[in-house]
Amino acid sequence: MPLLEVDNLTTHFHTREGVVKAVDGISFCVNRGETLAIVGESGSGKSVACYSLLKLIPQPPGIIAGSALFEGNDLLQADDKTLQKIRGNDIAIIFQDPMTCLNPYLTVGEQLIEPLIYHRNISRKDATYRAIEILGEVGIVEPEKRVGSYPHEFSGGMRQRVMIAMALITEPKLLICDEPTTALDVTIQAQILELVKVLQRKRNIAVIFISHDLAVVAGIADNVAVMKDGLIVEQGPVDDIFYHTQHDYTKKLLASIPEGAKPPPNSPLPANTSITENKPLLSISHLKTHFHDYSSGWLKRNQKVIKAVDDVSLNIKQGEILGLVGESGSGKSTLGRSILQLVPVTSGSVVFDGTDLTNLSPARMKPMRRRMQMIFQDPYASLNPRMTVFDTLAEPLLYHGLATRKNVTEQVLALMDDVGLAHAAIRKYPHEFSGGQRQRIAVGRAISTKPELVIADEPVSALDVTIQAQILDLILELVEKHNLTMLFISHDLSVVRYIADRIAVMHHGKLVETGSTESLFAAPQHEYTKRLLSAIPVADPARERKRQVELTQLGVDN
Amino acid sequence: MSDPVLAEGAIKKSVPQTEKGTSLWQDAWLRLRKNTFALLGLGVIVFFCIIALLTPYIAPYGYEQQNLMLGAVPPSAEHWLGTDIFGRDMLTRIMYGSRVSLMVGFIATGVALIIGVLWGTIAGYAGGRVDAVMMRLVDILYALPFMIFIVLLMVVFGRNILLLFLAIGAVEWLTMARIVRGQVLSLRRQEFIEAAVSLGLSRWTIIRRHLIPNTLGPVIVYTTLTIPSVMLLEAFLSFLGLGIQPPQSSWGLLISYGVETMEEYPWLLLFPGLALSITLFALNFLGDGLRDALDPRASRN
Repeated sequence: MPLLEVDNLTTHFHTREGVVKAVDGISFCVNRGETLAIVGESGSGKSVACYSLLKLIPQPPGIIAGSALFEGNDLLQADDKTLQKIRGNDIAIIFQDPMTCLNPYLTVGEQLIEPLIYHRNISRKDATYRAIEILGEVGIVEPEKRVGSYPHEFSGGMRQRVMIAMALITEPKLLICDEPTTALDVTIQAQILELVKVLQRKRNIAVIFISHDLAVVAGIADNVAVMKDGLIVEQGPVDDIFYHTQHDYTKKLLASIPEGAKPPPNSPLPANTSITENKPLLSISHLKTHFHDYSSGWLKRNQKVIKAVDDVSLNIKQGEILGLVGESGSGKSTLGRSILQLVPVTSGSVVFDGTDLTNLSPARMKPMRRRMQMIFQDPYASLNPRMTVFDTLAEPLLYHGLATRKNVTEQVLALMDDVGLAHAAIRKYPHEFSGGQRQRIAVGRAISTKPELVIADEPVSALDVTIQAQILDLILELVEKHNLTMLFISHDLSVVRYIADRIAVMHHGKLVETGSTESLFAAPQHEYTKRLLSAIPVADPARERKRQVELTQLGVDN
Repeated sequence: MSDPVLAEGAIKKSVPQTEKGTSLWQDAWLRLRKNTFALLGLGVIVFFCIIALLTPYIAPYGYEQQNLMLGAVPPSAEHWLGTDIFGRDMLTRIMYGSRVSLMVGFIATGVALIIGVLWGTIAGYAGGRVDAVMMRLVDILYALPFMIFIVLLMVVFGRNILLLFLAIGAVEWLTMARIVRGQVLSLRRQEFIEAAVSLGLSRWTIIRRHLIPNTLGPVIVYTTLTIPSVMLLEAFLSFLGLGIQPPQSSWGLLISYGVETMEEYPWLLLFPGLALSITLFALNFLGDGLRDALDPRASRN
């Protein structure tokens, strides 16, 4: 008998716009020691389905129907008291964002022993002993010391380990992981995935792993369910899903994982050779951007200096797409902002087309700003919520005198054509669009001033994978059409590989390696680049399984 | 490739090429027009303002015209809202009173609004030392006892109704500045402000087009709260002899006199009180309506 057997689970929400069928009759089961991955894009209902099982959604207005037999008892019929016992005790959840899921005012030890004291009536002393033991098990070094630390004293990856420890401390039979690695860097992601897998084998527990990323689940899932619009469109053993894909949507998901080199440009010119001969449009030398850390008290003289960008020299040639990769905190975004003078530069020079930007007056900077633009990461934050598409796109045109009041509408419509937005949307506000469409507006704004250089700061990392592919293609198309030079910043190597001609790798504020995309992927020189490359999950279960063995042998998990 | 739904030529053709994008304010007006309560509030305020403007021509009696023989009488056919102890017509006095009260309410609040929003936005956006200096100045003004401040102004400049507006406005903007600064501090770290900078927009354009419109929600709510408090402040100052003087009237003054004779002649408190309450209700409805209308994220219906 399976540990959890979900039959015809339905979750509906009553909203002002009518009934939203978040989950519309799905069935699946999980056995002990097995991992079921539920994969889907945002809004597909994958998280709601799992939260419905434990009644973790508001109810009403949510309506949950169907049945979910957990060890023979129907979770959906259980009363609150029974559920409370099951939650955290028999079924534990690991959430997406380890930064917000820990109480900052309590030590991790305090938070770890809480369920033991409440659920198990274990004494404080024994519970603490148990907490130390499990912290060691999830790979926290010196657990007996760290048990008294506060959450902010841990890094993101370490916090996720603490979250896992917290989920496992009551020895649950089922572990639900809701995108546990999405907020983490790629090298940390590999470690956490490995950890989940090892712990699962050791304890023979069942795991439901929710993810938007097929590549991530390739290595750890036994079964995969693909969800779309509240329905499971395809489910089966992991190898069947990847190698004998049945449903079109799954095929689409697999196809939109950026892998391999970018498609050759349509122009007859062999692009690469012409680029290498081009003059650099932007050259950065010995650029340093340092911040003062005021957290130690701003009155004190011994402020800590954060070297976000530390002595970086880099050239970007005319017509080139340079990919800049690094993990969070590596200073790649600060480098992009330093180039545009959005943050004060400490020292060094940024020469754009013969002009050093670092000491320009605002008046002399204005015409330069027109020539270089930025696409931001979060299309929800980068558009003024009170400006329509028309206002957003018309503003730079009018401000820089690229259009007159008379022909501005025409030009805005032309821009909307360029980025694939329907003309009918001209009077809509940002909140009326989906993430991908918003990013199209943002891209349109960036190219509105006819810039020569565009800095794209993680332009697709906030988007679903199928939308990601569309936006990447749009960017490539526009780069070619408008002859743009681009600095493409991303933490995602597979995205950069798809789009960039050349790649620069940043680590702790320094540039550790630059090289053409092919050579960097084929033969990485720097130790850090190698680590980064080996951590990328691949949407191929067989390769993933093999790779994980290698990773374990390499001892990446430090 | 691009999303097929978005790229469909059919949709494009259906929109006339001359179609212009609308601005936030046009849109806000369109939305406000659908809000019955807000329109009602607007109507009441406009009606009161018209009455106030026309008072010298349409008032049934003179505001200082006494009838000591009559004394205080309850509402009747000759005196719709009764008379006060001097036999002066209450309707007339309320109408004249509205001129002062509405003027103080709107002008003083307007002064507070303009200074407060600009001050708060500039301080919040500039940050650093500028912010520190500007906000310390606000703190110092906060710390000054309000009454002494007003009395000083009156002593230096003499009694003057314009000065009253300025004095009240000069005190009320402090809170506004703080509210706006708080808003701007959270806004200026947002990417759309960075995007505006990288588009090369000047600081003033960013403040005007990107920052101020996004602070409007709380500003409008606070404004609708300020207007009545300013009206009552005027009554307080008048009561102390610093504002306007009898036989001139204002709602606040009428109310404070009405309180004294509440038990014998309740209508002397009731009617000016009603006039003030109706105005406040109307302002609240209008304020809520404006706040929703100016926020594109609020439902379009």
